[in-house]
Amino acid sequence: MTPSPVEESVLFGRLSLNALPLHEPILVATFAAVAIGGVAVIGALTYHRLWGWLWREWLTSIDHKKIGIMYVILGLVMLLRGFADAIMMRLQQAIAFGGSEGYLPPHHYDQIFTAHGVIMIFFVAMPLITGFMNYIVPLQIGARDVAFPFLNNFSFWMTTSGAVLVMASLFVGEFAATGWLAYPPLSGIAYSPGVGVDYYIWALQIAGVGTLLSGVNLIATIVKMRAPGMSMMRLPVFTWTALCSNVLIVASFPVLTAALALLSLDRYVGTAFFTNDFGGSAMMYVNLIWIWGHPEVYILILPAFGIFSEVVATYCGKRLFGYASMVYATVVITILSYLVWLHHFFTMGSGASVNSFFGITTMIISIPTGAKIFNWLFTMYRGRIRFELPMMWTVSFMVTFVIGGMTGVLLAVPPADFVLHNSLFLIAHFHNVIIGGVLFGLFAGIAYWFPKVTGFKLDEFWGRISFWCWTIGFYVAFMPLYVLGLMGVTRRMSRFEDPSLQIFFVIAAFGAVLIAGGIASFLIQLVVSFRKREQLKDTTGDPWDGRTLEWSTSSPPPAYNFAFTPVVHDLDAWHDMKKRGYVRPTDGFMPIHMPKNTWAGIVLSGVSLICGFALVWHIWWLAAASFAALVSLAIIHTFNYARDFHIPAADVTATEAERTKLLAAGA
Amino acid sequence: MSSTTIAATDAAHADAALEKPDRGTVFYLREEHHPENGTMLGFWIYLMSDCLIFAVLFACYGVLGRNYAAGPSGADLFDLKLVAINTTFLLFSSITYGFAMLEMVKNRAGTTLAWLFVTLLFGLAFLGLELYEFAHLIHEGATPQRSAFLSSFFALVGTHGLHVAFGCVWLVTLMVQVSQRGLIPENRRRLMCLSLFWHFLDVVWIGVFTFVYLMGTL
Amino acid sequence: MASGTDAHAAGHAGHGHDDRHEGGEAHGSMRGYVTGFLLSALLTAIPFWIVMGDVFREPTTAAIVVMVFAVIQIFVHMIYFLHMNSKSENGWTLLALIFTGVLVIITLAGSFWVMHHLNTNMMPGGQHDMEQMR
Repeated sequence: MTPSPVEESVLFGRLSLNALPLHEPILVATFAAVAIGGVAVIGALTYHRLWGWLWREWLTSIDHKKIGIMYVILGLVMLLRGFADAIMMRLQQAIAFGGSEGYLPPHHYDQIFTAHGVIMIFFVAMPLITGFMNYIVPLQIGARDVAFPFLNNFSFWMTTSGAVLVMASLFVGEFAATGWLAYPPLSGIAYSPGVGVDYYIWALQIAGVGTLLSGVNLIATIVKMRAPGMSMMRLPVFTWTALCSNVLIVASFPVLTAALALLSLDRYVGTAFFTNDFGGSAMMYVNLIWIWGHPEVYILILPAFGIFSEVVATYCGKRLFGYASMVYATVVITILSYLVWLHHFFTMGSGASVNSFFGITTMIISIPTGAKIFNWLFTMYRGRIRFELPMMWTVSFMVTFVIGGMTGVLLAVPPADFVLHNSLFLIAHFHNVIIGGVLFGLFAGIAYWFPKVTGFKLDEFWGRISFWCWTIGFYVAFMPLYVLGLMGVTRRMSRFEDPSLQIFFVIAAFGAVLIAGGIASFLIQLVVSFRKREQLKDTTGDPWDGRTLEWSTSSPPPAYNFAFTPVVHDLDAWHDMKKRGYVRPTDGFMPIHMPKNTWAGIVLSGVSLICGFALVWHIWWLAAASFAALVSLAIIHTFNYARDFHIPAADVTATEAERTKLLAAGA
Repeated sequence: MSSTTIAATDAAHADAALEKPDRGTVFYLREEHHPENGTMLGFWIYLMSDCLIFAVLFACYGVLGRNYAAGPSGADLFDLKLVAINTTFLLFSSITYGFAMLEMVKNRAGTTLAWLFVTLLFGLAFLGLELYEFAHLIHEGATPQRSAFLSSFFALVGTHGLHVAFGCVWLVTLMVQVSQRGLIPENRRRLMCLSLFWHFLDVVWIGVFTFVYLMGTL
Repeated sequence: MASGTDAHAAGHAGHGHDDRHEGGEAHGSMRGYVTGFLLSALLTAIPFWIVMGDVFREPTTAAIVVMVFAVIQIFVHMIYFLHMNSKSENGWTLLALIFTGVLVIITLAGSFWVMHHLNTNMMPGGQHDMEQMR
């Protein structure tokens, strides 16, 4: 906590040298490591003269594939940070018993669990999901890019700016100590006078702009840019789930934006929305934040369902069982997810009538979800199942997610929730669905599409080790939490009195170590696969005998995705093309019309980041100046009308000839 | 002509291909494919998300709007004559923007610009009057900090006002761009987006004057 | 946002076959705009008159009537100014509008319902005391 009200200077606001956490050895060591790593990267880039390449090929790129890759990298980097927080919590809870204080002071511990939740949801799960949608959706619908390529780049950099702001809070000042949704009045200025909540607010607001715009972008892409013949009921399931997920983003993120804006007005201007006095109502904030919060869960899980659907169909060598029911289930979940938010605060006191309504809607949502599980099982039934990595993740998901789903239905019963609310049972439940659902889905997706993105497969051995570490580690880490929750242990505690509980926390900590092994083996898998890339090479572009259009291009796909726009005749378009004797065209190429790279995205986001930082620290002149710069730069950008170019036919011919050679060599 | 027609030809290709036997099936388009432009749809979807921001502000006003904290109420504060004049300004700006769009269809850049300018004047008049109202309220001690009712009032009406201000900046930008480059397709599309934005704000204002001012005075 | 949305829009400019109509967008007609304007003026004037002239004795009646006028006027604006119909963009804009309308109603009605119960159960007397203090 900020010790005393800091003097605010005109030049630096409330920023002073005291904001640097020099008294916290853990943070100093972390900072040293990050600084050394950063200097090494900058040095390497300078030494190899890669800055220009980085700027031209990546940072300013509007290629949806490159932006998708950058999203995934962002998500993986932030996963390391979020997991570091997790394992610190597990360690603290395993040792802070019987009078032992553990190694983390309570205020630091509170920041860690807040940062863990915020980072894992907003800066790990969201970027990974968005990255997948960005990369895969245009390829699956036979498009050359998304509907608004510049906006796509801008969205990515806004998300990154939010992540940078959260990371900055680690070394400059502090982060919120309020829990990941920052309920007032605790998050109000009276009880959280420091910069932590302000970092939280501005990081989420900046990243939220990116999320919202990428949602708009992908909806327009899916609606407008489908290849001829691809009707809505011929869309690959992943694209369908992406569409529904983005609809939810556009429909729910504004609610978060508005709720956080009102909270920031309370903090900055002294209004009385969520205060205890002057007629404010903190309960209204809880109501609003969960109107966003529940759809958010489905924003994350729907695309994961899509990934599993693609994986199951591919590795069972069958058309997905019940495609239409899968689509309807997705749409029903999309709508129902907007009708269940109150189950997050049954105990706040809205009474029997309201609680029953929301309890019942919550239980109803498990019906379409159950239908999906059966569809995957029936797809596997009598399929020729190949247990490659993605399929292993899928099977593990089905078992784990069903357990998580059932504990969820249990929590949907209001009287049961009165016992289990805010207990470790709840923690175990949502990790059960988010790790078992979203994360396993993402790992399945990484293993499935990795050869498409890089041109070589992932190493099988290290992948299996990672898989088993994650799966076993998950159960070891979270099953004890179910038990503890049933015994009445609440969440967010930094120390415990009852020594009989300690063994469960020690087991959970061991589970976390196993998961650390899973992450480490995943990183080793990346390195090993890169070194063995010649061996693991995929020259065909279709290493798994895929069914959807992304497998019809080369691995990695050319900048223009498709030399000629495909025409779709059936569901599983690529499978249909292979079955009916499609012959790849080798001549007659034409110039291809593509959007140009632009500086605007990264620059505008950088200025937003400065503006956010200035607002956190009350550096008013800088906030005003950067906001003015933001508006002016945006306007200047609109005066640029030359936003496209043509890839010459000769280049296309050369690229395609290269592929012809590869295919011939592989055959 | 338009991309619509081209998309239609594509669809026709696909349909024709479907009926052929496997041997002659068309799996790709030999000519260049132009997907329909998504700007208008994308902008509309953005407006829908904006709609939900206003929904939250309306919900806050609905929930907190009677929490006066022993301070002034709407009936004490609102001057309906002022609101009626402001509503008139906004309504006039809507129809003048409509006239600008009609001129745009006739491809007359000069008169388009003239109507846009009139729209801008109405927009600025609206903003001026709203700022006057706010200043007056604050002068009387009815500040946003005074009560939850006033907080939610200023947040709702102020957010609408900010949108109008943003619309005005955008309008000026577009006027410069139209005068520089004329009514080229990009500028037409931008004018159409702003048209949606402007009329959308008018729709929100219907909610504001009814729900906040009229019902608050009752 | 102004800048963003037309990023790709500029995309096809160089081709010249990008004419005034985009995706069958309607621009309305003079008659349409004038009709919309007159209807709106009427639908605005009457509620103001109802409230300013104290036409109804019962405030609840007045509130309901005023709300009905607002809903009608929103439809008028949607049809005459925003040119909403089931054909533009193959019905996607209308679908988006209906979906948003449903969500707005859920957000508003849900919040009012939930918060009313919370206030009744958890804030006994609070609200009314405040009003009596005035």
